[in-house]
Order: sequence, then structure tokens, then C-alpha cells
Amino acid sequence: MTHQFPTLSEGQKRELHETALRIVSPGKGILAADESVGSMAKRLAQVGVENTEENRRQFRQILFSADDRINSCIGGVIFFHETLYQHSDNGVPFVKMIRDRGILVGVKVDKGVVPLAGTCGETTTQGLDGLAERCAQYKKDGAVFAKWRCVLKISDSNPSKLAITENANVLARCSSICQQNGIVPVIEPEILPDGDHDLKRCQYVTEKVLAAVYKAMSDHHVYLEGSLLKPNMVTPGHSCPTKYSAEEVAMASVTAMRRTVPPAVPGICFLSGGQSEEEASVHLNAINNCPLAKPWVLTFSFGRALQVSALRAWRGHKENEKTATEQFVKRAEVNSLACQGKYSGGDNYGEAGHRTFGSCHAY
Amino acid sequence: MTHQFPALSPEQKKELSDIAQRIVAPGKGILAADESTGTMAKRLQKINVENTEENRRCFREILFSSDPSIANSIGGVIFFHETLYQKSDSGKLFPQVIKEKGIVVGIKVDKGTAGLNGTDGETTTQGLDGLSERCAQYKKDGCDFAKWRCVLKISDGCPSALAIAENANVLARYASICQQNGLVPIVEPEILPDGNHDLQRSQYVTEKVLAAVYKALNDHHVYLEGTLLKPNMVTAGHSCTKKYTPQDVALATVTTLRRTVPAAVPGICFLSGGQSEEEASLNLNAINQVPLHRPWKLTFSYGRALQASALAAWVGKDANKKAAQDAFFTRAKINGLASKGEYKPATPASQAAMQSLYTASYVY
Repeated sequence: MTHQFPTLSEGQKRELHETALRIVSPGKGILAADESVGSMAKRLAQVGVENTEENRRQFRQILFSADDRINSCIGGVIFFHETLYQHSDNGVPFVKMIRDRGILVGVKVDKGVVPLAGTCGETTTQGLDGLAERCAQYKKDGAVFAKWRCVLKISDSNPSKLAITENANVLARCSSICQQNGIVPVIEPEILPDGDHDLKRCQYVTEKVLAAVYKAMSDHHVYLEGSLLKPNMVTPGHSCPTKYSAEEVAMASVTAMRRTVPPAVPGICFLSGGQSEEEASVHLNAINNCPLAKPWVLTFSFGRALQVSALRAWRGHKENEKTATEQFVKRAEVNSLACQGKYSGGDNYGEAGHRTFGSCHAY
Repeated sequence: MTHQFPALSPEQKKELSDIAQRIVAPGKGILAADESTGTMAKRLQKINVENTEENRRCFREILFSSDPSIANSIGGVIFFHETLYQKSDSGKLFPQVIKEKGIVVGIKVDKGTAGLNGTDGETTTQGLDGLSERCAQYKKDGCDFAKWRCVLKISDGCPSALAIAENANVLARYASICQQNGLVPIVEPEILPDGNHDLQRSQYVTEKVLAAVYKALNDHHVYLEGTLLKPNMVTAGHSCTKKYTPQDVALATVTTLRRTVPAAVPGICFLSGGQSEEEASLNLNAINQVPLHRPWKLTFSYGRALQASALAAWVGKDANKKAAQDAFFTRAKINGLASKGEYKPATPASQAAMQSLYTASYVY
């Protein structure tokens, strides 16, 4: 190993770092509105709406036309490619609507998962071809950050060593290319909650995966201060019979992050995965109240957990638009409190106040 | 990759974590008094003292019989094997003398470097054979932490990928074994300051080495909260023509650590390498004033930088014992302050060094 060949100039580093900090400013998180056409099909089907380009546009408009209340709750919005070039009913580009309120625009840049032959149903993610040129174009079109999602799963044999190293590598390549084009990479090594594994197992796997991710980031000379992480919270599998408190989820999550994510990373924006809106907020709140020292911002990058109520209120009917938008604003405000540890909990979670976090040595 | 097979029980984790926290308690650092017989030969030769077991015992006696208030600045002492079983003038075993002051006892457990064939003079470190049994015995004999030193160097072709991977691996194996036996492992991946490379080069290399070290520690299931790191500060090579201020060194060092050392690690105790006593203190002080968030303690694990003046004052003479002890006490106090960023040097020259502002002319 020899000399460093500097990848970024001082000015480039400064721009990336400042962008990252703005996205995760105090009280703010990310609205993940980057559902692909296929994912939107599932969301819209659940509320009986046809998956047309117009309907997708209408729903994003419901979110983007929220009033100024969201300016202090949302630091960035992740767009799907199609949405980046859509307009409101009044002909205002969505990108402009978002940027005009001081919210940063991001874009999903991966091209979905592909199988890893010889594994038990594991995948890597494609999208590196021509990524530099695409990033350059997105930058011109108003985006300042990008998101790339990898997927891993837990089972008796998974995740395999190959799945871990391959996905870590592709996340690092994506990051490196993004940064060359002035785009802050939000890297997402999602470990699915499918399965009956317990909290400990999820924590162990998350630690292994994140250690590999950050080793790959170092190997690829990625500028950590100009990147963000979008991991899963550490939770038990969906079919795990043991129930865990929000504090246990928080301790496991924060412990895993403390053991693997370098302090240079400005922010960790958790994905909500299969969690309900309230569950995700309560967990995020507990994470921010966890008594372990946390050198990065811990906030949200929620898709479903910000949009489910809005979708259900809308059901495709124009007359429900305002109500739907209001539902979204409500969740945005709740998560803004949660990412500061100030959310006192909703109806399903009983009394707020002081909950004990227990000993950290069990993690 | 499958299930976790827990390496440590919650009780074992708590014990290790508590020991580590005690060593790097606020205002405290480590006295590295673990010079091997061969290394002591060099130190004693400089002051014309014969390298006998008694002389080695005598000098350690001077350090260890300091006033108990030394414990305000010293959280741990690293011993060499021989010294662990030597006694003070009063007939008390040295570990006991140290423990009675409320200071944690540590032990060097590596067995020196060995050549890596096919490299340009690079090395790994040996000492894993029977390490578990040795650790168990050391724990019985009063130790609560251990130290293992690996060495890397910077040149056109170094450190090589092999040197980085091999040393990271051996450090992780050592750490794993220590923890099984209730000893907190201090992990020391020293990158020598020999050479004419600049500060940037040293930073780059240190980042690569530390990233590899923490990946290996993770692979070996080491409990980070029960470990300590003993790295080099990021400095230019000895023969580098460009001069850097303590603030330059501090910013490069803290940036490197923020990019590689997980927040779970309780403390980072810098080695002093070839630095003078004052240089090592000024640099440590500047490190603790860097305006970046530092989630671990940043303190010292100094050998020469705590003992040079004491050695020079002693020169082997009984009559000089008090002077030597005072010299050691002074450096300990200064470094204790430096570990909190509160050291205010008295001399004008040093004060000038303190007054340089952090310039952002180089974004690290």
C-alpha cells in the first residue's frame, strides 16, 4: 500500500460534509418518497388505487404540498427517477417545490436487487454502470444526495460471507462514484426483519454487516464525513415469539452502531422496514434517549412510516387530499420530536415518562 | 455466517468495561514501564548505568514509590514480566505497591517482532503460544490489563497489504484471548515515525491500518467496550523537511481516529514514540482541544516521555532518587492536565506554540 491519491479537493469535501449536516440538522430527518413503480403498485393496491403515472404523481403532490410545518421536520426527500421530473397541478416542478422550502433533494440511484448464484436466495444490488454520468445529470437537475439500497436476510445460513462482502463492496463503489459528482451517498445495508430470530441475533448480524460496510468504505477511500448511513434498527424477527420493549430495541441498536459506525459519519437515518408508523417513532425516540454516548445524529429516513396514514386517508379521492396531507404532516412532526428524544408516545404505548434502559453489558 | 456463540457473559463484559474505564478515568493515563531487558539496556546506557536486574529494579522502585497522589494522573502501569515479580525496598511486591495506590496493573505479553518473509523488512509480532495460560496466571498475580505491540513502517512500498492484515489479525487474536481471561487488552499498532513522509501520508497510512485493526477485532468477536487502543499520533516522519504545529498534529490525529475507531472503545492512549517529553505533552494537550467531537478518552501511555527526565536526574545514584521521582511526578501531572486539554506551559516558547490557531488550510 502506497501513497494516497487524493480523491476529493478541499472544496468538494466541504460541500459534501455541509450537505450531509443540513440533511440531518437537529429535529430533521428524511422522507423516503422513492418507491419504485413496482413498490408503488403494492402501496396503491392496498388502498384500491390504480398504479398509473398520474396517480403516483398525485400522491407525491399530496406529500410535497404540505405547509411550512414540515420545513423544520424534513431535511431531505428521496425521489424516484420518474418523480424528479414531474410537476404539481400548477406546473411547478416537484424539485422546485421541495428546494424552495429549504429541503434538500435526493434520488434513488440503484437499479434493484439481483440474485447471487450459489447462495440461499441472497442478492446484491445493480446500478453501477454509467452511475457517474447519471449522478452528474442528477446534480444538474437539482439533487444533492443519493440513496442505494442493499438487502440482506437472516436465516440459519444467512447472511453468508459472500452476501456481506459483495453488498458492502457495491455500497462503497456507489459512495465513491457519488462523491466524485458532488452527491452525498446515503448507504442502506438493510437487513430484513423476516424470520423468527431474536433481538440478539439481529444485533450480532447487524454488527457484522456494518463492520464489513465500513471496512469497504475505507478500502474505497470514501470520505465518511460526506456520507450518511440508512440502516435497519436492531429488532427481533417478525415471527419471534419474544417481545422486546422500545428500550431494548434502542440499546441493541445504539450498541451496534457504537461498535461499528465511525464517529466521522455525521448521521444515521434509520429505515422503518415493516414497522408501523407509531412503532417506528417510539423506537426512534427511545434510541435518542438511550443513555450511551452517541457521536452521530440519530434520525429517520422513513417511507411507509411517514406515508401510511396519508395513503389511507387519500384512497385516491381528490376531496381527501387535504386530510391526507395533514396525516403526513402529523407523522413528520412526531418524528421530528422523536429524533430529538422528545416524543412522549402515542395511544398504544401507555404512559410516557421515564423508562429504564437496563444494563448495557447484556448487549 | 451463523449464530453468535457468546464469547463473554454479561458479568465478564462488565468487569472488562469497568477496568478499562478506571484506567482512562478523567485526568489519567498510563505509565508504560514495560521496557524489556534489551530496551532497558539502551535507556541505562544513556546515563552510564549498568544494565543489571538490581538497577532495573531500583529505577522502577523510584517510579513506583511516588507519593500516592500520583494516582490522580496515572490510571495504569504496564509491567514487564521480570518487574511483576520484583519487590520494593520495603519488601512488597511491585504490583501490590501499585494497586495500593488505586492504580491498575498491566503486563506486556507479546514476545517481540518476527520477520515477514517476502516483505521489505516488515514484521509481525509473536507471543500467541500458551497466551491463554499466561494471561490466567498474570490475572492471579494481580494484573487486570495487558499490552501487545505490533510495528509497521512507512516507505515507498510499506506498509504492505500483508503487513497490515497480519498485524491486525495477530492483535485481534491476542485481544480475544486476553478477554477470555479477564484482562483488558491494550491494542498497539505502532506506525514508526522513521522516514521523510509528510503529515498527510502518515494520516493516510494510519487510517488504513486502524480500519484493518477494527475489522479484525470485529471478525474475532472482541468486546470493544473492554479494550483500549494505543496508537501513534499522526505526525510527519522524522526526516520530513516540512514542520507542523501541535495543532496540525492534533487535527490530523483526531480526524483519523474519528474515521476509524468506533465510539464503543472507551479510551485511546497515545504512545510517545520518539517525541520529547514536552512535545508529547503539547501534542496530547492540542489533541484534547480539537474542536471535533471525540467520543473516547484521549490520553497517554508514555514510556520515555514520562521517564526521560527522571532517568537523567537519577544517573544511578541513590542521592538523586528524590530528584528523579520529582521529575517523574512533574511529567505525570503535566500529562494528566494535557489529557484534559488543560495544560498551560510556563515557558514563552511553548506558549507561542499554543497560540497558533487551527487553520483550515488543509482539510483532512
